[in-house]
Amino acid sequence: MSLTAPPLPDKSAQAIAAPMSASRQAWRRGLYRFSQSTLSIIGLILVLGLLLIAVTGPWIVPFPEHVTGSIATANRFRPPSAAHPFGTNELGQDVLTLVLAGTRVSLFAGLAVVLAGAFVGTVIGAVAGYAGGWVDEVLMRLSDLKLTVPGLIFAMAIAAALGPGLVNMVIAIAAGWWPGYARLVRGEVMSKKEEMFVTAARALGASPGRILFRHILPNVMTPIIVKMSLDMGFAILTVASLGFIGIGVKPPTPEWGALLSVSRNYMPDFWWTAIFPGLAIFIAVFGFNLLGDGLRDVFDPKARR
Amino acid sequence: MLVLERVSKEFHGRRSLFSARRTVSALRDVSLAVDHGETFGVVGESGSGKTTLTRLILRLDIPTSGRILFEGDDMARLSAAAMRRLRARIQIVFQDPYASLNPRMTVHDIVTEPMLIHRATLGLDQRSRTARAAELLAMVGLAEQHLHRYPHEFSGGQRQRIGIARALATGPALLLLDEPTSALDVSVQAQVLNLLHGLQQRLGLTYVFISHDLSVVRYICDRIAVINGGEIVETGPAQDVFRNPANAYTRMLIAAMPDLPAL
Amino acid sequence: MIEPPLLDIRDLHLSMTSFDGEAHVLAGVNLSVRRNEVWGVVGETGCGKSLTGLSISRLVPSPPARYLGGRILFDGRDLLALDEAGMRSLRGHRIGMIFQDPTTNLNPAFRIGEQLVDVALAAHRRNPDILGIAARAGWRARRRAARDLAVRTLAEVGITDAAERIDAYPHEFSGGMRQRVLIAMALIGRPDLLIADEPTTALDVAVQSQILALLAGMVKDHAMGVILITHNLGVVAKACSHAAVMYAGTIVESGPVVDVLRKPSHPYTRALMASIPASGIRRGELKGLPGQVPNLIRPPHGCRFAPRCAQAAEACQAQPPRPVDLGGGHMAACLKLAPAAEAA
Repeated sequence: MSLTAPPLPDKSAQAIAAPMSASRQAWRRGLYRFSQSTLSIIGLILVLGLLLIAVTGPWIVPFPEHVTGSIATANRFRPPSAAHPFGTNELGQDVLTLVLAGTRVSLFAGLAVVLAGAFVGTVIGAVAGYAGGWVDEVLMRLSDLKLTVPGLIFAMAIAAALGPGLVNMVIAIAAGWWPGYARLVRGEVMSKKEEMFVTAARALGASPGRILFRHILPNVMTPIIVKMSLDMGFAILTVASLGFIGIGVKPPTPEWGALLSVSRNYMPDFWWTAIFPGLAIFIAVFGFNLLGDGLRDVFDPKARR
Repeated sequence: MLVLERVSKEFHGRRSLFSARRTVSALRDVSLAVDHGETFGVVGESGSGKTTLTRLILRLDIPTSGRILFEGDDMARLSAAAMRRLRARIQIVFQDPYASLNPRMTVHDIVTEPMLIHRATLGLDQRSRTARAAELLAMVGLAEQHLHRYPHEFSGGQRQRIGIARALATGPALLLLDEPTSALDVSVQAQVLNLLHGLQQRLGLTYVFISHDLSVVRYICDRIAVINGGEIVETGPAQDVFRNPANAYTRMLIAAMPDLPAL
Repeated sequence: MIEPPLLDIRDLHLSMTSFDGEAHVLAGVNLSVRRNEVWGVVGETGCGKSLTGLSISRLVPSPPARYLGGRILFDGRDLLALDEAGMRSLRGHRIGMIFQDPTTNLNPAFRIGEQLVDVALAAHRRNPDILGIAARAGWRARRRAARDLAVRTLAEVGITDAAERIDAYPHEFSGGMRQRVLIAMALIGRPDLLIADEPTTALDVAVQSQILALLAGMVKDHAMGVILITHNLGVVAKACSHAAVMYAGTIVESGPVVDVLRKPSHPYTRALMASIPASGIRRGELKGLPGQVPNLIRPPHGCRFAPRCAQAAEACQAQPPRPVDLGGGHMAACLKLAPAAEAA
């Protein structure tokens, strides 16, 4: 390189102008890793299917009027048939209709719980991890305190206090959902805080807010997203559990747990009233877990079994 | 330009239930003066206190005793606003070009960030920041089309160029070079050393070059200080120190260096 | 009369499959090592020097790796034809390895001594001479003998008070000491061939020069052959009898270290040497190597160095250059060195 003339871009600089942009390449790489696992693909298909049903629910159900609570007592407890593939329940409602309509409720509730939990947990964990010292102590002891009470019991207590309803149930579950995220984020933030690029930002004179939001948090997003997708299944299960014990969503709103709860009285003679809502819960939990595993493998191949 | 007067730094270990609090002395009575426009080398092995020294100069840590003066101002006495202005004047290039760039930011964001942080001092709007980033990239031998790429798309040498561009963004007077080439292959190291030398000539920069690699220090530095166990054991013009090392430790270091035989 | 080489790598080809495709990472490596020779295999990141070393002890995971051709003859036996059990009987016993990072290669949960004793006992099973007692001797006797050997070996690699420090844990040792322990561990089975992959890169210069001196002494005492993998030509100059310069999966130049470093003949070797800030080079006069290491999924046709070579001609892109004998075992694979022979 000559000393007087401005240095010219060297050959090495141009060599990297690859035909495909590298971020697209990274996506393709991730997609490739994801597609290597059959189970992840199954998870993705299940989740996409559920999402499709949740979005189109009211239009694809065979008996839309049953969703809003209309009954047909003449048709009680019909076994699965061509007209009612999943049979009918004690009110003569089409079980397929209820299960399909319930997808929207369950997915929405699960998503809301996870989003709220992740948001609160991320804020608390980030503050604790970044500030350290007594702030960290206080916030973490608070989350430990939460962890001493079993999640379902905690949610039951809060839900009972708030009264029934979808929103209240989401609040009740989310109130106990954040500590897992707080711990995850705190740990990640503490380790990222020591990264060289964070020191570099500090050396530049960047403010704490800038360091936290621009440098640290974007780098801890992937484990949060992975945990969220892994948590979705469990959140749906918790929603269903509350529905089952009658604290959550009340009929006529079709919710899988509540459907299951009502139909347990009619087992085993009218098995179809219970088996299909149960199967729906199973598929949702299973699908999200597989998807979460797959995402973890994509984002963090090192964590693979 | 940069003066350290009897600077010491002690770290306190955690007091445990069973042992008294331990104090580790990382730097002891370090005094040195870096002149305008020179390359001042700080040579030492791992654990010698080099890292502590850079953190003190950047004021990421505060010395236990002693003063650090930059262009005549005692850093400890500066107001917050003056300190912010001073941060724009002292910049650093880090050792590890992989770890020192935020993997989630584009080259554009990395290089313009210092200008954004110091916009009060520099007064650049968005468009002129981008223009300056392109100019900086050209200066370090990269091209404008690299602005919208991410660090992982570059080789080690190219990343180090990005790191240098970032350090130059605020138009600093002093550049702290913390082992800037030790993570690079020799052929790339040679390119980066030449780039640094060329930039110094063009921009009139002052360098503090911290390294354990004696051959690099001999090549690039005007004066050097050898640091061992937190103390400076020898200072002087690079040529003299290498030809006639006065200190036993320096002699040992020079004897141990894996040099090519004179050919 | 010339003794047959201890290790003879002939035209070794290795490929690695990744998402982006199959990379031809070793493209015709030739290397032969005799007893008492210390070969410095030198090159920059990604040139295949570590893969060459790992191939000898067959530690390259496959898949993704695949040997496309060539042979690795160790004492006349082709290692590529051996099964895993056969290979295990050689590793640690006839072929020793030392890796770069002394911290991660010692198990932090066990005392140094236990780790050495384990290695000694395993080696003893293959070769009773190592402990000097019968393979069927009592467990206690074998253990005692193994411990004695461990202490002796530690002393040999320069650890003072070996008898006491043998019961220390790895974290109680400094980096240099840990590297000595790893060397002791590699030596305890009395290997004929020692492969040291960047053994001093993580260490300070002073410690580095001690370790290199130690290795040199070991070679003399045990009549070993050594492959020292490094990126530092200075280390090669200091510690090796022979040098092999690698670039993009091929050995571009090899031979006695004096010849290679005094009369570098391949343009890459010359460029590499011109990049080193040796004494006497004035500031700004250092010559870097422009360009980047080629993508080995689509390697350049012909000579792999040609795209960065100042002297490249059209003929260089026709086919990979053959090594040209420059006399006294000094070889360089460059078309420019044998225009007549290649043209014919």
